[in-house]
Parts: sequence; C-alpha cells; structure tokens
Amino acid sequence: MIELEGLTKRYGEKVAVNNLTFTVRPGIVTGFLGPNGAGKSTTMRMMLGLDRPTAGDVRIDGRHYDRLKDPLRYIGALLDAKAMHGGRSAFNHLLCLAQSNGIPRGRVDEVLDTVGLTAVAKKKAKGFSLGMGQRLGIAGALLGDPRILMFDEPVNGLDPEGIHWIRNLMKSLAAQGRTVFVSSHLMSEMALTADHLVVIGQGRLLADTSMAEFIEQNSRSYVRIRSPQRERLLDVLHGAGITVVETGAGALEVDGGKPEHIGELAAQHQIVLHELSPQQASLEEAFMQLTAESVEYHAHTDTPEEQQAWGDGWKGN
Amino acid sequence: MSTPQPPMPQAAVPQPQPQLAQAPAPHWQSAPAGSYPTYTSPIPVVRTHLGHAIASEWTKIRSVRSTMWTLGVFVLLVVGIGLLAAAVVGSSAGETDLAGENPLSFGFFGLLLGSMCIMTLGVLTTASEYGTGMIRTTMTACPNRVRVLAAKAIVFFSVAFVVTFVSALLVAFADVALLDSSGVRDPSGSEWLKGTLGISLYLALLGLLSLVIGSIIRHSAGAITIMIGVVLAPLVIALFMFSSSLEKLREALFEYSIPNQLSVFYSNSLTESGPSGWDPLWIMLGVTAVAFAGACALLEKRDV
Repeated sequence: MIELEGLTKRYGEKVAVNNLTFTVRPGIVTGFLGPNGAGKSTTMRMMLGLDRPTAGDVRIDGRHYDRLKDPLRYIGALLDAKAMHGGRSAFNHLLCLAQSNGIPRGRVDEVLDTVGLTAVAKKKAKGFSLGMGQRLGIAGALLGDPRILMFDEPVNGLDPEGIHWIRNLMKSLAAQGRTVFVSSHLMSEMALTADHLVVIGQGRLLADTSMAEFIEQNSRSYVRIRSPQRERLLDVLHGAGITVVETGAGALEVDGGKPEHIGELAAQHQIVLHELSPQQASLEEAFMQLTAESVEYHAHTDTPEEQQAWGDGWKGN
Repeated sequence: MSTPQPPMPQAAVPQPQPQLAQAPAPHWQSAPAGSYPTYTSPIPVVRTHLGHAIASEWTKIRSVRSTMWTLGVFVLLVVGIGLLAAAVVGSSAGETDLAGENPLSFGFFGLLLGSMCIMTLGVLTTASEYGTGMIRTTMTACPNRVRVLAAKAIVFFSVAFVVTFVSALLVAFADVALLDSSGVRDPSGSEWLKGTLGISLYLALLGLLSLVIGSIIRHSAGAITIMIGVVLAPLVIALFMFSSSLEKLREALFEYSIPNQLSVFYSNSLTESGPSGWDPLWIMLGVTAVAFAGACALLEKRDV
C-alpha cells in the first residue's frame, strides 16, 4: 500500500505537485493518469525517495522509502527504460541491483526469463531497442519479487505484442495480491488495464475513483442527426422540447436523446434523415475535458490568492 | 554490432509469470473491500548493509569497459614511461653522472601522466551514473545515499591503490636494476616506502577526490576538466607570475601544486621549503575528507 498525504513539490515558483492525497491499494491495478507535465513522474520520484517533497508525506506500507532496509523487496519500479549504463550487459545490470539488496543471484536468470531477454543477457544494454530496454527495466522491477510495483509509462515504445504482454503482466501481478501503480497519459490504455483511477492535472488531484465509476460518470451519450431539411427538423425538435446542439458540418447532436423517439418525430413530420446514430463520447474525450477544466480552475484561483497576498501586505503596514 | 532480435514475445505471452505464479495468494479472492490482501514473496528477506552496496559497486566497476581502458592505459603509461626514462638516462649517463641520485625517482614521469587515467576513472565511477540515468536505479535500490557513495569510494580506492601499487613496485624494481651500473645510490628503506606505497596511496586519494568531485558536479566532462585544472593550473599560473611582489604566492603555488607534491615522495622537490616527507599524503587526505563530507551533505540535500 502506498499512502500520500498532502504531497507537494515546488521548483522555485513553479508548483509541480500540489497537495496530493490518495492511497494506492493492493490487489488491484491503479492507473495514474494525467497529461504530459501534470506531475506524474515527479510524484513517482518522490514515492521512491529520489526527490524530496517540499511538503507532505509518502509512506510505503507505513514507512518512508529511505527507511526501507531492502527496498527492492518492497517496491519494484520502472521509472524510465534508459535508467541504466549502456555499456553494461543486461545480466550484470540486474546482478548489481540484486547484490545491493541481497537478492540471490539465481533470481537474475529467473526475471530475464520472465521478460524474455535470456537470449541477449550477455549483450550490452546500449544495443537494445526501446522495447527491449523497457523489458530490462521491468525485469529490474520484478527482481526483488516485491509487494508493490510501480511503472511509469510502461507501454511506451512497445510493439502491440509487448503491450499485450505488459497488460497481462500487470493484471496477474495485481491478482497475486500485489499493489500495482501504473502511470500513463493515455486514457484508452488505462481503460483496458486499471481497476482504479487517479487523475491529476497541473499537479492537483482531479479524480480518485474506480474505473467503472469513472466510465459511468464521464461517458456522455448523445444522438447525432443529419438531415437536408435542417431548419424544419430544428423547429420540430424545439417544439417537442428537445435541446439540440448544432455542431459543425451540418450535424445536430441531442444529449441523452433516444434515436427511436427522434426518428418517429421526424417520420411524423415527413422529414428526410441522412443520419440518425447513437454516439458515445470516448473516455479520451472525458479525460481531456476533465484536465482542461483543471487548467481553467487554476486560472481562476490564482487571482484571489494574489489579491489576498497584496491585501495582507497592505494591512501589515 | 549486436543483433537486437530476441525470440522473446511468443515465449513470454501465454504465461507471463510462470515462476511468480506459484507464490501463495490465499485470502484475496474471498476478501471483500476493506481488508486488503498482501503478497508475500518466497524469497528470504535480508537486512542490507554496506557489504551489499560494496558487492554491487564491485560488479558495476568491473562490468564496464571504461574501467579496463583507463586502467590499461594507466599501467602502460606508468610502466612504459618509467622504464623508458630509466633506460634513456642509464644509457647516456657515464659511471658517475648519476652519483647520489635516487633511482626510484624515474618512476615519477609515468605516474604523473598516469594520474590523468586514475582521475578519469574516479570521475566516471560517480558522474557517469548521472549521465546515463543509472543513478535513479541505484538510489532506488539503495536509498541510503551516503552508503552508495561510501561503497563507491571503497571499491574505487581499493582498485586504484592495488593497480598503482603493483605498477609502481614493478617500475621501482626495474629502475633500480637498470641503473645499478650508473652509480646511483641504494634507496633507503623509507625511500622505498615513500616511492612505492606512499605515492600509490597519494594517487589513489587523488582519484578518490576526483570521484567525489564527480558526485558533486554530476557531469563527467566537467568534473574531469576541473580535476585536470586542479593538477596543472597552479603550476602553469606560477610559471607566468613574473612580478616580484607575488613571489610568495608564486612559491606557494609551486610547492603545493600536485606535480610537486608527487615529487616530494622521491625527495626531489622543486623547492627547498614547502611540504616534505609524508606531508603531501596528509594534505590530500584532508582535502579529500572535506570534499567527501561536502559531497555527502549535497547528496542528502539534492534531488537525484
């Protein structure tokens, strides 16, 4: 279990991570979602004790990361695929990691086999493709057979076969009762793997919800209509008390409308329809909407804070 | 070069976790939300200590080619130039030309040039991890940052000392034998000690200082440049200090420049005053210790 409490990271004036509080639970895959630059990697680095938080706290099973005596047995992390010395062979890279945590040497061969790199174990990491580097990073994460696994954008650079593999891997790791925390900027990818979702934007927590709930709340369904008799159709729909949104390219959209109902209405008034289709807004759109709002929200909060600060200074004098 | 076409996916896809799957996961299926399952690994848990970090750093230093290159060139320079200097001097000198000279001192030139290699290796031991990003993996595996630096220091110092000592010893014996007929004196016991053990400890410490600077600067080329500057700059600046009002400073720069301190181990300093005997070793030890403490403080303070 990973617990974050009020986690904040400032770089000078810029707030990279702003007061994050959430819990990553075992037994499920938790997706950590946000657009580029939202603070995902910074948050993960703070979880691993690489960056010091400006404020707040992260605990791994109740302890700070740097208090862990054998950290690889607790957390396996893939931060970025190229966090290794290119001149070292895959085997030696894993061996030096294993030795630092007192993990038996045999485990190196095991994880190499798990990720399918046994054949290139003696080859230098420099010659590896991005996908192979990613696999080697995952091997490093699995080395200590840890309770918690953390992957930062694991599908980056993987081919479809590799993506399929890592999805199954994450699910099976979670099914064994481990905590799996995986970041991504692709909602579609998360929808396929994650059970729980933590969304951040501009370093702030935007959503902390189960995947199912997120889909239910955020997928907008609507009916798209196209007709050569657009004006008449609009009149008829308005007359029936239906709200219509005109979109570009001559199409109309009815939020939450039923195609049967609209079709019958059109037939009654003998209006020709070229299209009448139920639509579902993609999760990707829902995600974009969510994070776009965070930007707006941000712009609004900045002003009063500044005013207050100014006012305080004046009062002080 | 390499053929990055591993036969991997097919083998891995159907059973992604063959050896992890056998691990017991007893309660989780029946457990409802609220009480959470935890995975327990079959691998025995070990409390890690400095020894683990040292083993890890030993694997790191022996598994990259730059170690072999820098140390290989070092041995070549030290032994090659050491023997060449003695051979050239010995062949051109008459019966009494070298009377009273310390034959060990001809090892100086090789060691001075070789010090560049030791400094480079020292810098690379720490700074290259920042260049490659390996440092994040290292610090995740061992969150005790001071332990990581200490392990690096111990491993590097041992390697640098052993290689330097063996090379210096070899050159010392060879030079004494080569110059035997040229009328050089027999070095005393303390001269032997200083000219082999002393100078090896000094060079290994100079390398250790480079390692510490590498950890502070976090950039290989930058740290190497700084170290070369530290070695050469005082001497070069002193050379061009003509004004007599700067005479004192000029002398100090000469005396405490690293090449002059190196030559003190052969008791043929550029000047009569300044460090003598084992002084250079204590000076280097002090400087390195202070730099090490500074590097540790910075490591704790900065983000990786």
